[in-house]
Amino acid sequence: MNSAVYTLWLREMKKFIRNRSRIIGSMALPILFLVVLGSGFGGFFQYRQDVTYMQFLGPGILGMTLLFSAMFGGLSVLWDRQFGFLKEILVAPVSRVAIMAGKTLGTVTTSMIKGVILIVALGMGGLVKPDPLGLLLTLAFMFVISAAFVALGIATAALMTDPHGFQLIMNFLVMPVFFLSGALFPLEGLPGWLDLLTKINPLTYGIDGMRYALGGPYEFSPLLDFVILTFFAVSATLSGAILFQRMPA
Amino acid sequence: MAALNSVNLEIQKGELFGLLGPNGAGKTTLISILSTILPATSGSASVCGYDVRREQSAVRKCIGIVFQDPSLDDDLTGDENLDFHGRLYGLNAVLRRQRIGEVLKLVDLENRRHDLVKTYSGGMRRRLEIARGLMHRPEVLFLDEPTLGLDPQARRNIWDYIRDLKACFGMTVILTTHYMDEADQLCSRIAVIDRGEIVALDSPDELKAGLGGDVLELEVIQDDKEFTDRLLAMDGVHNIGFEDQRIVLRVNHGEAVIPKVFEIAQGLGVAINSVSMRKPNLEDVFIQLTGREMREAPVTEPTERMRIFMLRRKR
Repeated sequence: MNSAVYTLWLREMKKFIRNRSRIIGSMALPILFLVVLGSGFGGFFQYRQDVTYMQFLGPGILGMTLLFSAMFGGLSVLWDRQFGFLKEILVAPVSRVAIMAGKTLGTVTTSMIKGVILIVALGMGGLVKPDPLGLLLTLAFMFVISAAFVALGIATAALMTDPHGFQLIMNFLVMPVFFLSGALFPLEGLPGWLDLLTKINPLTYGIDGMRYALGGPYEFSPLLDFVILTFFAVSATLSGAILFQRMPA
Repeated sequence: MAALNSVNLEIQKGELFGLLGPNGAGKTTLISILSTILPATSGSASVCGYDVRREQSAVRKCIGIVFQDPSLDDDLTGDENLDFHGRLYGLNAVLRRQRIGEVLKLVDLENRRHDLVKTYSGGMRRRLEIARGLMHRPEVLFLDEPTLGLDPQARRNIWDYIRDLKACFGMTVILTTHYMDEADQLCSRIAVIDRGEIVALDSPDELKAGLGGDVLELEVIQDDKEFTDRLLAMDGVHNIGFEDQRIVLRVNHGEAVIPKVFEIAQGLGVAINSVSMRKPNLEDVFIQLTGREMREAPVTEPTERMRIFMLRRKR
């Protein structure tokens, strides 16, 4: 059981490390968002006197990176099925729970590595100034965010019959979760509908928690953030496990 | 609709058993049920003494499978694919190293061991998959269309590897194929399967001997209903199949029938392009059993048929 989890984790790591160009590629988008949006909207930003837009945006872009990386990691089950490798895994004498755990931990690890690279970049740019405790708290939030969205990705993959619905998932799930999370704008004084949508979005609480942990402006109590996020992560993991269990080989 | 219907089959330990039938006959479904991938809607099956429904994990431990569709991770090396498999089946590091060397040697992939699988040719991938299926020393090895999509040379290689691994490990091998020659060359016993049912079950030689006599093939310039009717009315002609200027007769004594055929043809003014006589092959067995020809079987290609014909004559 444990060795199967490790085996699946190891596979994710090997593929991640081998693909250096993909790591660089996946870091390019967040940096682009940060620099272009940060500079472009910086002048209009009047949230707090002591915070520039780029400083505000940093943890939001961190959340985006984790969301994309984790969701696509979970959805990669679809590609494993497309290329036949999933059969090799599913016919082995290991439980599906172990398979899902390995896949999840592997993707969480690679997502968090990308996140840490981004935090270092933010730190070097003077956009975040966390203390050691804050960094630990950030890592904890990063872990729960990644785990939650990997599970959501796996659940989605288990429900889809072929990878052609991928674009659909991107447009109707991933992008809305990102835009409606408060990654790009403060949650204060939003119109009612937008306020509601951001508040039912679990990523909102993840990003708010990371803002607090990285010493930025935050909205809710970090404890509340963590509780809501963890509740979502646990529910997503359970549904992912159930759906993955039922998925045909 | 059921993919399989009242299939009743017992395969002995150590057999090289073939499931032969056209595409869509239900071969893969049968393998999927036996390997616990698909649950059967009714009936029961056991592999190595374990029930495929109730003792899934025990069954999985004692079987190896090479799927019909590719199932390798292209982004990993051959070595890593095998190592991954060994870990999933609970082999320790020492055993994994030892077995990887062993199985790669068997399929001649030692020199490509550390290359990414995406750089492998189709035949090499197939060999790697066979090697992977052997990593955990299964008691039963399933090969689902092991040579599908390979060129003739690669197919022959795979056959040699299958014989070698059988000689090496002595496990039970169950292979599905829609290639007549493959079943004929490799298998000690064959179940001919058509539309989800087993229509015959015996050794290839017995199946062919069951037909008896010779097979006569004529190529005519133009189909002629009267000509075929007259042929069928002849003494010692058992059955007849024809399509597109090709007439296949099963006869008792080919040597004696050929002159008479020409007599009839001459009388009716039918021009015969070519004539050949051979012993019945599995294709003929299939036609006899089902009344239909099997598609995509290489033995129907003229050159291949000729080669087999000549080989048989030399014996």
